[in-house]
Amino acid sequence: MRTFLAGVLLAAAVLSQAGVATAQSGPLRIEITDGVIEPLPYAVPSFIAETAAANEMSAQIARVIASDLSGTGLFREIPASAHISKITDFNASVQYADWKAVNAQALITGAVSVNGNRLTVRFRGYDVFADKELDGGGLQFTGTTEGWRRMAHKVADSIYSRITGEGGYFDSRVVYVSENGPKNDRRKRLAIMDYDGANVQFLTNSASIVLAPRFSPNGDRVLYTSYESGFPQIHVMDIGKVQRRVLSTDDGIMSFAPRFSPDGHTVVFSQSQGGNTDLFTMDINSGKLTRLTSAPSIETAPSFSPDGSQIVFESDRSGSQQLYVMAAAGGDARRISHGKGRYGTPVWSPRGDLLAFTKQNKGRFHIGVMRTDGSEERLLTASFLDEGPTWSPNGRVIMFTRETQGANGRSLLYSVDISGRNLRPVRTPDGGSDPAWSPLQN
Amino acid sequence: MSGLTKVILITSVLGLAACDNVTGGDVNSTTLNGGGAGTVVDQTSPTYFQQEIGDRVLFVVNQSTLTTEAKGILLSQANWLLANTDYIVTIEGHADEQGTREYNLALGARRANEAREYLVSRGVASSRIKVVSYGKERPLEICSDESCYSQNRRAVTILTGGLTG
Repeated sequence: MRTFLAGVLLAAAVLSQAGVATAQSGPLRIEITDGVIEPLPYAVPSFIAETAAANEMSAQIARVIASDLSGTGLFREIPASAHISKITDFNASVQYADWKAVNAQALITGAVSVNGNRLTVRFRGYDVFADKELDGGGLQFTGTTEGWRRMAHKVADSIYSRITGEGGYFDSRVVYVSENGPKNDRRKRLAIMDYDGANVQFLTNSASIVLAPRFSPNGDRVLYTSYESGFPQIHVMDIGKVQRRVLSTDDGIMSFAPRFSPDGHTVVFSQSQGGNTDLFTMDINSGKLTRLTSAPSIETAPSFSPDGSQIVFESDRSGSQQLYVMAAAGGDARRISHGKGRYGTPVWSPRGDLLAFTKQNKGRFHIGVMRTDGSEERLLTASFLDEGPTWSPNGRVIMFTRETQGANGRSLLYSVDISGRNLRPVRTPDGGSDPAWSPLQN
Repeated sequence: MSGLTKVILITSVLGLAACDNVTGGDVNSTTLNGGGAGTVVDQTSPTYFQQEIGDRVLFVVNQSTLTTEAKGILLSQANWLLANTDYIVTIEGHADEQGTREYNLALGARRANEAREYLVSRGVASSRIKVVSYGKERPLEICSDESCYSQNRRAVTILTGGLTG
């Protein structure tokens, strides 16, 4: 099997500015915190192939960039059929008037060369109505041809960042549970893919149930729960080598819901003994266990704050599932969810400012977000069964599981902007559940 | 036993036999082959335990408290296990689909343990009983209404010993 992360060597270099253009008027900017968004029209003509071997890839790279940008719901592509100008020389000045005429507010041009398995992608972004390049200038990425999609994602991340002022999230991956078969004979396999559903690779076979994977902070390992031994136990997999080991070893004690601490050294998880489920941490190297809660209620679905100081989790100590926050070492917990219904699966956003959660109320399931003190709750979705949110690396988008109702119900992955806009399915070859988003790749 | 009940039992058996790596798999295959005759069943057989005693108890939504009916079934299970000491058991706890995945795992563990505690309280050695939860991962019935949910919220006692010869 190919290595997943190490295969693509990327190097970025800044290109010298094309044309003149240094006049500082108001920069091209989407303020994505605003309530209503009119998607920003842009054009991304096929990149110029500078070597014969780059012919096919130069067009495909532009298509992936367009898919990334338009997929956010913040951008709208002006199709090639409407373009007046053709980009034939990457270094020549662009005909701003031709792009203004088709109302392309942003223009992305690029050039691709392939030598053996070496791929070089250069690009520039333009603020068409300001007659100048976007701040940041042109960039060049070099790597291997098998990483061509990653290069396209990096170009799109760069454009997205410059126009929105937010970090990018396209050059990222998602680990999830691939699902096949009817509800009473569901086959589950751990799988990993690019954030947009491309390059799916299976990490386990379907011989045993696998649940709820989570990435390590630098994306090199995945924690998940497996029934391989007959009991749910925590496994950790090195995804480069597809090698795994069992973290919890006590036979007959159920361990599940593992998540990494932000430094990657500690795992917080649930253990069930005598029917009671509590939270523990384990030092991943020494195996040392520390008990964080000791209540007769269910404590599970923990998530560290990005600074590692706190843990949010769910507990039914009040009589129903609710969200609580406590110090990372355990101790007193403060209830933060106070609305109607049950709250579970809290996940701290990578920015630290919000929690995503699953809410059940009146027979419906919702994905929602709230501040870390429980205030400003906002429900983003509603369906028969939505659950298990995970954050994009920039904290703008949430991916989750949606299961449809009835005997033929299927489980699929969806994503939604934290504004509640742009709800869309994530294409996977089979059904999917329990997505976990990686950090942005290097 | 009515035909309908029999159909449900066989469906259940097929559902369980489809599990991989579940310790009860072989037991259930045996039951399926030995079952259907409808004649006098050996009272010391797993078939008798499953079909006449009843190998499962059902739960109310979000609850793990044993109902009066459940206690009756578990009492019979306990008596049977006290008389048939070759067997050890694994109690599988399950939840319906109306809940989040990890909470349901914990809820299934609670249910399995309630059944276990009851058997122990009636004299079955705790060393003979293991528990495992499948949460909402192994539903028997697949519709999305209470008629199915009520069958899926269950603790099933699987016999895992004494099958040689």
